[in-house]
Amino acid sequence: MGLLEKQDNPFESSNIVITGADTLLNWARLSSMWMMGFGLACCAIEMMAASASHYDIGRFGVIPRPSPRQSDVIIISGTVTLKMATRTKILYEQMPDPKYVISMGSCSNCGGPYWEHGYHVLKGVDRVIPVDVYVPGCPPRPEALLEGLIKVQEKVRKQSLAKTVV
Amino acid sequence: MTNTEIYDKLKSAFGEKIGEWHEQTGTEYMKRMSSYADVADSGYIRDVCLYLRDEPELGFDSLLLLSSLDNGDKTLSVTYHLESREKKQFIALKVTVPENNAVVPSVTDVWSHANWHEREAWDMMGIKFLGHPDMRRILLDEDWIGHPLRKEYKHPDFYRGMKVPY
Amino acid sequence: MAEVLDRKMQTLPVPVKVVPAEKIEPNRLRTEEMVLNVGPQHPSTHGVLRLEAVLDGELVIDVVPFLGYLHRCFEKHSEAMTYPQVIPYVDRMDYLAPMNGELGYALAVERMMNIELPEKVEYIRVLFNELQRIASHLVAVGTFGMDAGAFTPFLYCFRDREDVLEIFEKTCGARLLYNYIWVGGLSHDLHPDVLGMCRAFVKKSRATHKEVNELLTFNKIFVERAANIGVLPADVAINGGASGPMLRGSGVKWDLRRNDPYSIYDRFEFDIPVGTGMMGTLGDCFDRHWVRMCEWEQSLNIIEQILEKFPQNDKTDVQKAVPKRIKPAAGEIYSRVETARGELGYYIVSKDDIKPWRVKVRSPAFVNLSLLPIISRGYLMADLIVILGSVDIVLGEVDR
Repeated sequence: MGLLEKQDNPFESSNIVITGADTLLNWARLSSMWMMGFGLACCAIEMMAASASHYDIGRFGVIPRPSPRQSDVIIISGTVTLKMATRTKILYEQMPDPKYVISMGSCSNCGGPYWEHGYHVLKGVDRVIPVDVYVPGCPPRPEALLEGLIKVQEKVRKQSLAKTVV
Repeated sequence: MTNTEIYDKLKSAFGEKIGEWHEQTGTEYMKRMSSYADVADSGYIRDVCLYLRDEPELGFDSLLLLSSLDNGDKTLSVTYHLESREKKQFIALKVTVPENNAVVPSVTDVWSHANWHEREAWDMMGIKFLGHPDMRRILLDEDWIGHPLRKEYKHPDFYRGMKVPY
Repeated sequence: MAEVLDRKMQTLPVPVKVVPAEKIEPNRLRTEEMVLNVGPQHPSTHGVLRLEAVLDGELVIDVVPFLGYLHRCFEKHSEAMTYPQVIPYVDRMDYLAPMNGELGYALAVERMMNIELPEKVEYIRVLFNELQRIASHLVAVGTFGMDAGAFTPFLYCFRDREDVLEIFEKTCGARLLYNYIWVGGLSHDLHPDVLGMCRAFVKKSRATHKEVNELLTFNKIFVERAANIGVLPADVAINGGASGPMLRGSGVKWDLRRNDPYSIYDRFEFDIPVGTGMMGTLGDCFDRHWVRMCEWEQSLNIIEQILEKFPQNDKTDVQKAVPKRIKPAAGEIYSRVETARGELGYYIVSKDDIKPWRVKVRSPAFVNLSLLPIISRGYLMADLIVILGSVDIVLGEVDR
């Protein structure tokens, strides 16, 4: 039986577990995704509330890191303006692989309430960096952000070391 | 002193450099806070402000707001709302300049936070302030073209390679 | 340099004179000034603010703030939307205290149109404004502690904030950006549970206030980090247009709820706390923090008075006075309220249309931030972060 299939104490009967390399690595990676909290605007407050004790993103293994070079996932929370977009791209490129992007809130999904007359608002952060998960809301509840994080974790769970040849 | 009395005092001190008194009809609050005096000669606005600040009877020690306005008929205006805290007096001044030659003396040395308000007026409306120590854009990037709050402003299509409209 | 080192080694509460940048003697080694770029992505800049700090070693010679990283074109939007449609955009400017901002805008338009409001609406507005002030100060105090290195008060403050957000959510459905205070009324009536929740919150919050005071405010490490730092003299503050806790921390007793009352604030008794220089110099970071802590307590007092005087069995519709068509006559108005950060003013120009011709916002954080270069010269780099935390900026409001 593999490590992840045994629900109760896996080391009770024996101290050997057998699992796939992919599963093990992916399990390790998704349980400790360190985030770079890129708090731009109002969604940043909900991200801070998600990091506080009531919703506690820390129980998912997520630690907020100040530097992009030490983080796995970047949560773009808030409106990305044109002035900030160039800096966002630089920050994304500074993150080491494998990296994931969660776009939180409708401003970074698609421009949000500023889509029509915002001459300085970038209509969606996916115009400069590739996004993995979009979390809708204005601002999304902290539980919605946790759901977005779980979706990224599911994506990580399905990844594989082997290259697929089509 | 009520603001009409202050206007009379200004008129007696400065003569025809002060234009008409525009009383806001409507509510008592509007009459008290937003009735304004036109300063007909825009070159004298700094002297008027110094007089208002330094006269012992007037003592306008705080500038509440310095805002720019596009009148729609090819003229731009700068409005100054002033308050004297101890004497509970209010007055507003307005200077109107033509759009193609929008130059107004700066009042940065009268109230120090006018510095940033004037930089914003330059950024958004294109009004240049003479004698300002640091006349450059404050909210938009230096390579932005145009002054967005003018009525005939058109949104740019591309900025540094990013598509701006939705 | 030697004087600055001496300052750190002296024990409190001896008031120490700060060495201005011109009088700092260069040491014998030849040094150069270094330009350090702080932000726009930085854990302590409270948003996207870029500071260029010119340093001589660790000493700050000059700080130049760069704004505009969150410029979301509020003023252009307000020219394209009708008067009621502007309110959600107003929310998103000061996103830590949106009720205060909405009240300012609604009050400005109501003053232009001379709208009389029912009693119940006024009471609910003031109740939610004071709750919002507490919620905003909780974030300010929590993040200020985090800037100085204390993580636990942040968690305590956010725990209390969840209660306030739950009250707001029960009433209007949103946790953070409400669109609740409309021109002439409110969007929803009070939920029947809300007054009981407010009473429970007041009791709990007084205990948290005492806890945070013991944990943070009178903590020797925090006092050492915050006292005698970032001194703002009163005359510089008035000339520089400071307002809110920044101005009151320098000893100037000026609060718009008392000096230019609006809504029904003249019916309630509350003190206006000012800084007294009790731990260091008058107008330092500790004073501003102290003013915020005292304002938290005063807001709790106001909420208790509201709960006593609230018209319980009043069944008026909260949207009774909302006009069918909001079209003020041609004219201008400058109207202001006291938010958690200071004086928020709206300059609205109307040309007899359903859309405003111009809405200009005098945001307190923008003006307070312009004083940052003046108050941070001659201190260390680590002190600069504490000073920025004490100014309590919200970038949505600074950049609009």
